[in-house]
Amino acid sequence: MTLHIMNIALADDDADDRMLFEEAIEEIEIETQLSLFKDGKQLMDYLLASPTALPEIVFLDLNMPIKNGMQCLKEIRMHDSLRELCVAIYSTSSSEQDIEETFVHGANIYINKPNSFEELKKAIEKVLRLNWQYHTSVLDRDNFLLRI
Amino acid sequence: MTLHLQFDYDSLRKAVLKEQLGALGLAYTLVNASEIKFKKELSNSEKEQVAKALGKYGIEIAVSPEDGLVERIKDAITAFLNDSKRTRKDNISTYLSNTLHYSYAYLSGIFSEKTHSSIENLLILKKIDQVKHFIIHKNLTLTEIAYQLHYSSVAHLSAQFKKTTGLTPSAFQRIIKKRKEKVQTTTLP
Repeated sequence: MTLHIMNIALADDDADDRMLFEEAIEEIEIETQLSLFKDGKQLMDYLLASPTALPEIVFLDLNMPIKNGMQCLKEIRMHDSLRELCVAIYSTSSSEQDIEETFVHGANIYINKPNSFEELKKAIEKVLRLNWQYHTSVLDRDNFLLRI
Repeated sequence: MTLHLQFDYDSLRKAVLKEQLGALGLAYTLVNASEIKFKKELSNSEKEQVAKALGKYGIEIAVSPEDGLVERIKDAITAFLNDSKRTRKDNISTYLSNTLHYSYAYLSGIFSEKTHSSIENLLILKKIDQVKHFIIHKNLTLTEIAYQLHYSSVAHLSAQFKKTTGLTPSAFQRIIKKRKEKVQTTTLP
């Protein structure tokens, strides 16, 4: 299967973090289309409203008002139409327990929010390159786990 | 009598796709005039069904020569990993250039240009996928897995696993085990 543009969704309540993410992704050579959401509810409404045009990857902040990242993750894994989505948790928490908990509940990727813009760009690029392979080559997506 | 017909090709295209792909039960969206995106990955037999269904209307699935070669490289990498005898004898570059009759430099260049990755990188990903499969489905120690998958040592396997996934093999094993337990407890009546 060929893929030309990677569709990406990010849910993060922090406006600065959203902006940094957007800037980082624009500097990466992979062609992407980014949709931004301010909380988990907005994201879930979007995902459930467009089951035929789902993003190739969703980045979820853990701490968000209205609906947090963990609730979104659980709902995504319970919905038949969303079960196959690649979910990346994007959080400031580096507690081993939090990290393992998200993996057990079905997250594919866990990224600690990096401190510098360069590191952020590197982390996103690594995730996108790897996700590209999972979408275009025969690899077992059920066991796709990555921690950065 | 004679009737003059006017064709609206856009409607025609949409109607044909809807009828044919709908009959195959495949969900899709139209990206532009020549590109359709399927909701899920298609298996090879599904791809053939799609090619056949659309072929009746003179619609062909376009494959650029480079994309075709990239798919053949991927197939050859899979064959290389599955053929345990050959793996010991040849390295991947010799194997690919012998199988596909192009120089490795040429293959490697096309592959990197088209996939945002490299042949070596995909080979590692595929090997790690095998390691994961062995960890989950076969009750083998890491030493046995390293031997079966031709790693020079357990240390090399562990290091490559950690570098590729960010997790140690044992952390991976623990997570998958907990996932299974969770599924079992949530599906119990």
